Amino acid sequence: MDGERPRRDRRVKALLTVEGLTKAYPGVVANDRVDFDIAEGEIHALLGENGAGKSTLVKMIYGLAQPDAGRMTLRGQPYAPAGPGAARASGVALVFQHFSLFDALSVAENIALGMETPPPMRRLAARIREVSETYGLPLTPDRLVGGLSAGERQRVEIIRCLLQDPRLLIMDEPTSVLTPQEVAILFATLRKLAAEGTAILYISHKLEEIRSLCDRATILRRGRVVESCNPREKTAADLAEMMVGAKLTAPSRAGGNPGGVVLEVSGLSLPSANPFGTSLRDVSFSVRAGEILGIGGVAGNGQDELLDALSGEAAVAAGAVRLRGQPIGALGPGPRRRVAVLAAPEERLGHAAAPDMSLTENAMLTAAIREGLAARGFLKWPAAKAFAERVIAAFDVRTPGPGNAARSLSGGNLQKFVIGREVLQRPEVLVVNQPTWGVDASAAAAIRQALLDLAASGTAVIVISQDLDELMEISDRFAALNEGRLSPPRPAQGLTLEEIGLMLGGAHDMEVAHVAE
Amino acid sequence: MDLGAINPAVLAASLMVAATPILLAAIGELVVEKSGVLNLGVEGMMITGAIVGFAIAVETGNPALGFLAAMAGGAALSLVFGILTQVLMSNQVATGLALTLFGLGFSALIGQGYVGVKPPALAKPDLGPLADIPVLGRVLFSHDLIVYLGLALVVAVWAFLRFTRPGLILRAVGENHDAAHALGYKVVRIRLAAIAFGGACAGLGGAYLSLMRVPQWTEGMTAGAGWIALAIVVFASWRAGRVLLGAYLFGGVAVLQLNLQAAGLAVPVELLSASPYLVTILVLVIISADRGRAALNAPASLGRVFHASS
Repeated sequence: MDGERPRRDRRVKALLTVEGLTKAYPGVVANDRVDFDIAEGEIHALLGENGAGKSTLVKMIYGLAQPDAGRMTLRGQPYAPAGPGAARASGVALVFQHFSLFDALSVAENIALGMETPPPMRRLAARIREVSETYGLPLTPDRLVGGLSAGERQRVEIIRCLLQDPRLLIMDEPTSVLTPQEVAILFATLRKLAAEGTAILYISHKLEEIRSLCDRATILRRGRVVESCNPREKTAADLAEMMVGAKLTAPSRAGGNPGGVVLEVSGLSLPSANPFGTSLRDVSFSVRAGEILGIGGVAGNGQDELLDALSGEAAVAAGAVRLRGQPIGALGPGPRRRVAVLAAPEERLGHAAAPDMSLTENAMLTAAIREGLAARGFLKWPAAKAFAERVIAAFDVRTPGPGNAARSLSGGNLQKFVIGREVLQRPEVLVVNQPTWGVDASAAAAIRQALLDLAASGTAVIVISQDLDELMEISDRFAALNEGRLSPPRPAQGLTLEEIGLMLGGAHDMEVAHVAE
Repeated sequence: MDLGAINPAVLAASLMVAATPILLAAIGELVVEKSGVLNLGVEGMMITGAIVGFAIAVETGNPALGFLAAMAGGAALSLVFGILTQVLMSNQVATGLALTLFGLGFSALIGQGYVGVKPPALAKPDLGPLADIPVLGRVLFSHDLIVYLGLALVVAVWAFLRFTRPGLILRAVGENHDAAHALGYKVVRIRLAAIAFGGACAGLGGAYLSLMRVPQWTEGMTAGAGWIALAIVVFASWRAGRVLLGAYLFGGVAVLQLNLQAAGLAVPVELLSASPYLVTILVLVIISADRGRAALNAPASLGRVFHASS
């Protein structure tokens, strides 16, 4: 992530100019008179919190949404794409945040679907090989996308864009699922593209990456442009404050000594229930009281399966999971809750919470056993409501009341509720998967602080996450999950990014790839 | 009991005829499901096609017009389903069931005047010397056009889904409608087209039943053929070749059990009548037992409501 590109002094002509772009959805103005421009060969960052209006702006540039007011100019011509096809024809390409790929189709078929006039399959396969090797992103055209790693899937998206010689390449949160080595390769590719004259609009909340990669940054807050600056001249903290509009405080931790081993996992293997999932292979680790074990890894390396095995959703050999020496591997989620092993899965809507049920009902679902919310087969609704209210108060969940449906809460607030609901049940072991995924900075900080406080009170906490910065911030020990295997845990303090990258399995097959300079 | 009276060549020839209605309905439903839509109204569209085709053929005296009208009728009924589920976002399962109930009632209503009427027959093509080949000529070259059309349709659907760009787009829409929408494909339009195709196929299959196979009109004459077509699509793991296999298996056992009944086999008649359903489902369940591969071919968005978010 070094090697700063020589800055161009010449004033390059703007490729895309956006003036006064406004888009309102019922109840919210997503974009309010947004102005910005991007020049040929420029890497331009678009910064902002969730809900700041970045996605809406990108959708309008890519023709997925039509602006209510304002205009766009591309290469001096008025630009108003009626749909993604028109945008692609004008030379605008988008690498989606949530991959827009089809699992059951091959790499070549996926790429053909993103092109206007694809050549016949055999020629396309040859083109894919050629372009992917030129840019150091090797791909096998006839493999099924469902079996690819997150990094490889992103290569499919990027190659799909590159095959159409885009003038403007938009990248929406491209690095959130990549290992550090994969990020380095991606950046080399982007710099090469920029040097060839392609403009790149780069959206991310990883501020250090933006400082190393981008020439300019436009910062959005609540739908408005609040600042435009050169990110290299700012610190990451400056940028974060511009995004949030307030000072941020890093979570504080009380350095306590961990107690005895609470949870011990040994020789845990679990075939995945999902055809594209990853089976767990011989996973072993232990967690002590008062300790946070961070488990990193790129998505799809067995995280969901590990959570299922620890929460009891998937039954495993009784002896594979032990709580204070007692085998609990064969117990289902209910009995595990009874012995204070609690879990908060990744998918908030549909897994951690039932979307159309109220917060009270959702509180009942996981807390009935430990909080005594049910007796002799009858539910105690007043007690459940009181418990939901306690969670809402303790975790500052912004909602009109516990009677509201889980679906109506914003991601950050629902996540605070879901985590808080487990924390307030005084777990002995708490397992969380992606506790701050898609959550804005202040809610993320509150959740991390809650996990630290919980550990300080003597709970063994296991945090599964793809956010390495988060894991480094809160974990005592770190282990990496790679293709269903867990590396031996190491003390988190003093681990470098390089070492973590190696623990994550290097960059898959990326060592063989070199960007042609 | 006289099993010697069963002639294998006649049996094979009549199994192709018996299988054709189900084959047509199933290949249409395969395309519908590949686009991510579950239309449980196949039975209703078949019987609607059966009566519409029958009525038009009788009134005009032209069976070809009857078949065309049956396709139009099936397609029109399926588009009612299409508009309800794709535009008005109703639940596909409930709407499909309602379509079947509606089709059964509606066909009984317009069919009242046609009970006991004999329809005009579709002329069989004369394949000349081919039909004179011993055994093979009887089995393969003595049929009417619709039987061959059904076979051609299987090949055409297979090639369409596998080799053509519209076929790829159709599969993409069924696999992940959100991604397809994000890439700019018109999910709703593509699905409506698939639904109409499925309706036309089901209507044609129904008309074949009332105009060629039976041939007369009786209320509720499809007798669950639409449901078997639905089951065949699922157990065939959404593969055109296996749909053909499943339909012929069903047709074969159906014809065989009729022959066995006539021969007076000492098995309860009810069990014999149920045997085509049992055997077809058993065999296809065994074929699709490899769950991983079957899941790979299943359209991942099947039955899910698509709502464009932007």
